[in-house]
Amino acid sequence: MASHAHALTEADKNRFHMTEEHHPENGTLLGFWIYLMSDCLIFAVLFATYAVLGRNYAAGPSGADLFDLPLVAVNTGLLLFSSITYGFAMLSAQAGRKTPTLVWLAVTGLFGLGFLSLELYEFHHLIHEGAGPQRSAFLSSFFTLVGTHGLHVTFGIIWLVTLMVQVGQRGLDEAMKRRLMCLSMFWHFLDVIWIGVFSFVYLLGVL
Amino acid sequence: MTAAGHDTHHAPGAHEGHGHDAGHGSLKDYVIGFVLAVILTAIPFWLVMGRVLPTPQMTAVAVMGLAVIQVLVHMIYFLHMNSRSEGGWTLLALMFTLILVVITLSGSLWVMHNLNTHMMPLDAHDMKQMP
Repeated sequence: MASHAHALTEADKNRFHMTEEHHPENGTLLGFWIYLMSDCLIFAVLFATYAVLGRNYAAGPSGADLFDLPLVAVNTGLLLFSSITYGFAMLSAQAGRKTPTLVWLAVTGLFGLGFLSLELYEFHHLIHEGAGPQRSAFLSSFFTLVGTHGLHVTFGIIWLVTLMVQVGQRGLDEAMKRRLMCLSMFWHFLDVIWIGVFSFVYLLGVL
Repeated sequence: MTAAGHDTHHAPGAHEGHGHDAGHGSLKDYVIGFVLAVILTAIPFWLVMGRVLPTPQMTAVAVMGLAVIQVLVHMIYFLHMNSRSEGGWTLLALMFTLILVVITLSGSLWVMHNLNTHMMPLDAHDMKQMP
């Protein structure tokens, strides 16, 4: 009887090992996903704040007066391109090819930097025009929401550079692939949040 | 315990394992996702910048509808969401988060709208007395 039970657990163990063998530390990705979900809640609260305050202009400028849609379209394009180049980096990493991985990561980082530069230019321009975050509830919530997203992209770029250095030093081992996958989820997640930003804030803001 | 028959968006032989393929996309996945995302981004910008639809309300509904579709496209093709990754736990966490997001958004809008409609109406005389 005891040996029978033992055989069962042994079989279960084997099966467990079979399904898990590609990712020995499988929990990391689920844990990181749960972090992303909590980040999603942060953005949900900021979106809710913007939804409530977004039309309170305090006799100041509205979105239709301020937003430059072609600039936003370019920004959206940059982030979208960075998403697919990160995808190419992941494909190269899974194939174990180090140099293409580094090149695609660098391209992704450059698109991210382009996005950030345009966003900082836009913020600078708005503040210069007297439409800073202190002007109205609309602008406070706008700067908080879009600024939080920009801050995430900034940290994503710092993380990306860190991983590039690590890949350059240690190569593409399992741990590195796992780290790259976490950043992949983070990066694509930021692109998903940006869909909400450009649709809800910019496009609906100029209607 | 095999993934046979489940590989709806996996290239053959991309990854035969089961339950933890978050991030294991194929080139095809990324290209399809990218093309769909470009189309789904271009249409709302065109609708708004070209003033294509007769009323702003219709444009707003179309823009938000397309945004929801694009979020789904990103989830499936870039984040490789499916009901099997991590044994379904990622999807469960996502569902839970979405429920909280809906409660947060609709609750905030509802409560604040309610407060606004119950504010005492201000007339010109009241406005002059404002500090």
